[in-house]
Amino acid sequence: MPAIPLAKAPQPAATNPEQIRNFCIIAHIDHGKSTLADRMLGITGVVEARNMRAQYLDRMDIERERGITIKSQAVRLPWKSGIDGKEYILNMIDTPGHVDFTYEVSRSLAACEGAILLVDCAQGIEAQTLANLYLAMENNLTIIPVLNKIDLPAAQPEKFAIELSKLVGCKPEDCLRVSGKTGNGVEELLDQIVAQIPPPKGDPNASARALIFDSVYDTYRGVVTYVRVVDGHLSPREQIQMFSTGVKHELLDIGVISPEPVSSKGLGVGEVGYLITGVKDVRLSRVGDTVTTFHKPTKNALSGYKDPKPMVFSGLYPIDGDEYPMLRDALDKLQLNDAALVYEPETSAALGFGFRCGFLGLLHMEIVRERLEREFNLTLISTAPNVVYRVTKEGGEEVIVTNPSEYPSGKVDKVLEPIVRATILSPTDFIGTIMELCQQRRGTLNGMDYLSEDRVEIRYTLPLAEIVFDFFDQLKSRTKGYGSLDYEPIGEAEGDLVKVDILLQGETVDAFSSIVHREKAYPYGVMMTTKLRELIPRQQFEVPIQAAIGAKIIARENIRAIRKDVLAKCYGGDITRKRKLLEKQKEGKKRMKMVGRVEVPQEAFIAALSTNADAESGKVKK
Amino acid sequence: MSPRLSFYVHIPYCVKRCGYCDFNTYTPAELQGPDLAAVSANYIDAVIQEIEMASSSVGNAEVPTIFFGGGTPSLMPSADLARVISAIREKFELANDAEITIEVNPDSVSEQFLAHMREAGANRISMGMQSAAPHVLETLDRTHKPVNVARAVEQARKNGYEHVSVDLIYGTPGESFADWKTSVESALALPIDHISAYALIVERGTKLAAQVARGELVMPSDDETAEKYLYADESFEAAGFTWYELSNWSKPGGECRHNIAYWDGSFWWGAGPGAHSYFGSERWWNIKHPKSYQERIAKNESPIQEKENLTPENKADEFILLQIRRREGILHSQMSSSQISLAEKFVSSGDLDRESWAQNKLVLSKNGRLIADRIVRELVL
Repeated sequence: MPAIPLAKAPQPAATNPEQIRNFCIIAHIDHGKSTLADRMLGITGVVEARNMRAQYLDRMDIERERGITIKSQAVRLPWKSGIDGKEYILNMIDTPGHVDFTYEVSRSLAACEGAILLVDCAQGIEAQTLANLYLAMENNLTIIPVLNKIDLPAAQPEKFAIELSKLVGCKPEDCLRVSGKTGNGVEELLDQIVAQIPPPKGDPNASARALIFDSVYDTYRGVVTYVRVVDGHLSPREQIQMFSTGVKHELLDIGVISPEPVSSKGLGVGEVGYLITGVKDVRLSRVGDTVTTFHKPTKNALSGYKDPKPMVFSGLYPIDGDEYPMLRDALDKLQLNDAALVYEPETSAALGFGFRCGFLGLLHMEIVRERLEREFNLTLISTAPNVVYRVTKEGGEEVIVTNPSEYPSGKVDKVLEPIVRATILSPTDFIGTIMELCQQRRGTLNGMDYLSEDRVEIRYTLPLAEIVFDFFDQLKSRTKGYGSLDYEPIGEAEGDLVKVDILLQGETVDAFSSIVHREKAYPYGVMMTTKLRELIPRQQFEVPIQAAIGAKIIARENIRAIRKDVLAKCYGGDITRKRKLLEKQKEGKKRMKMVGRVEVPQEAFIAALSTNADAESGKVKK
Repeated sequence: MSPRLSFYVHIPYCVKRCGYCDFNTYTPAELQGPDLAAVSANYIDAVIQEIEMASSSVGNAEVPTIFFGGGTPSLMPSADLARVISAIREKFELANDAEITIEVNPDSVSEQFLAHMREAGANRISMGMQSAAPHVLETLDRTHKPVNVARAVEQARKNGYEHVSVDLIYGTPGESFADWKTSVESALALPIDHISAYALIVERGTKLAAQVARGELVMPSDDETAEKYLYADESFEAAGFTWYELSNWSKPGGECRHNIAYWDGSFWWGAGPGAHSYFGSERWWNIKHPKSYQERIAKNESPIQEKENLTPENKADEFILLQIRRREGILHSQMSSSQISLAEKFVSSGDLDRESWAQNKLVLSKNGRLIADRIVRELVL
């Protein structure tokens, strides 16, 4: 039995780097990473069978429910190799599996020497996995290709072994075959991790340098920082320093996760563990930063620290205006754990007081919204997501636009919009329809490669705004669910963009303004005016709904004045019923918003804004 | 001085249920009986017993009006209905000029019934005419022949009923504007002094609601129904009928005093299953099913299903929502200053009568009557 009792295993701060293997698992959302991790925890004996629960390492409800990992984790697993009979310490560093968190993925990869490329052998590799694989290869990680779910009836290990071997540059027979569910092949995989992945290298006598690859806020302990020590040594009660800010912290606790936190005598070269300093805000202990000691600081930071940049913006408003202070508190709390979340107060004539929030991407946006609603019990309306535009006005003044209502009203010289490099993987049957979609979305084809006979990788340059608007849903429906998408920002490009305003009885409804490509202004205007005509109840007067670019009206609908709003009968038995209805309507009245003289039920706002907001929900659902 | 208390007497039986109707009424088949006589046996005894209960709970009261509604009161033996009138006369002070109305179905009413009820004190007939267009009557599941309406009205007049009213329904799926014109003209050709005209309401749970949901019947647009209302109002007014409530028109002196009692905050006692009552600050309603109702009464238990106590705010809301429907309208002095200022915009939109407003009174204009519920919402919310 290769599991080693924990007490007898090599101890933290006293483990020879030669005995350490640091690895991560690269996998798509539902390819079985968490199940494999669970199995490893069981086989190495760090979690006893009776304490086991599914997706042991996923901490948030959202992570378990959606089967995705949002924040990474690191677990120390003792293992006695079945090949050489020696004892080793395997540090498994869990990585987030989504495009929005590429930066966090890259930091996790930087903490490892090897990566398991885990692919569901009933589905094949997905675009985001491919992107992360390339990232791992750029980091010179040793890749162990693994086909998972070999127990499934639909498994096609031969087919996908060929695909993987092409991508990794190995032979198909080098791909390991496992079942996280049954445990089949997992021991062999652990042995191969020891055999193939090189041990960490570092100078134990140099100034301490440790890479922060994750930082998590915990209500009881404050910020828990996950590090990989590269050089030197970190010890308890020592004063540490963050390289980027120079801020000094007392090290209150240091230890390893196995898989619950265990305090240790420190962390040495190559080791992975946690630090607790008592800070309350993850922004003071940021992913990518280098930790060193105050008394013997390093002069050279580990490479790769950058500020995460919000790419997608949306307004978040409480449906009940009284919940505004609660929303502010909730955002403050979420930010403690999410350095990438930015927000500032914003007022909308239509929606009241809220916040303009910046996110890494659509999934990040949705997760934040969902956490606000679920963990803080808020009910929110979000405006359609938009990207950041750099607008140069006539005369040269530049304006950064994160909200369509900030778009300059006068003449505009030039508008720059963010563009991305998108990679789409799909069965070859759908090439035509995917190209059509990308063409409609102002894409430029960069190239196409066959992963296997029937699977293809298509690369496009696309404006991010086009992806933010309903792209993923379209891709999924056009490819019967088989297409997958990954994208990375590559800069900005000039676009022929205009702002379309929606006016109700001549008043602009700020929440509905949108920046769109000139050619799409008319369809957008027609779509919104038609939709609003259906959603807004008839008023006592006629209400024109218009879509306009500046002063030019491009689409128009009319809500005719109401003619009849009365119940014909009102006798003895009707009176109580009628009064009770009125009382109910009093409640409903609170949820009415006034746009000028026009009464708009909140449901109309939600419904009108929802098509765009629904688009990304498909992205994370299995 | 004794309080005034109107009486509503519910007759919860019909030969057939009409597709649009959600009233608390039952066919013999629904009550699992062989015929109407069997299912309604002893029913009137129970009603009379409830009237006795009313007497002991209210004490003495002057009764200005009695209304027999349903269901189909004309299905009951006239002697039974006469017993009810006698019971009220016995337990309360029935006013000398009391208005006593019987709702009748043009097909089931006989001349003998009319004569007997007139003798018993009834002086007003309300007849369910609904439409003069046979295909509209068919959609509504009404079985009567249009000619029977004229015959029954004549008989009522001949037998000395001072007031005769007909009910009309407009906005039935398939009813053309010409159909409605025919109905209005036919009604106006009758020797009557009162007309009620109701826009058809699709009530939840009815056969009509299901037909509309399935797309078998298509309800006309609100605009079309509004036009029909305006046409009716114009025709009635031209023929000497004046509106005194949203859906009610009468010749001078022909107003239904019983219905006015519902709108002006008077007290009323509803006897029978499902009937509502209002006295003091309490509103209550009886258990719905006739059998349960009779069982309770037989055990000398109260038939009340639920009671509510009206708060001053409830009363204020009800005052607005009822009174606004009347031509009498609402005096500025009966409104709060915020209600007066909220109402101003309806004066400028033409939904409130300008002349009345200038005389410090809120009265709906023709168009305003069509959006009365909306105006109420604005005023009380």
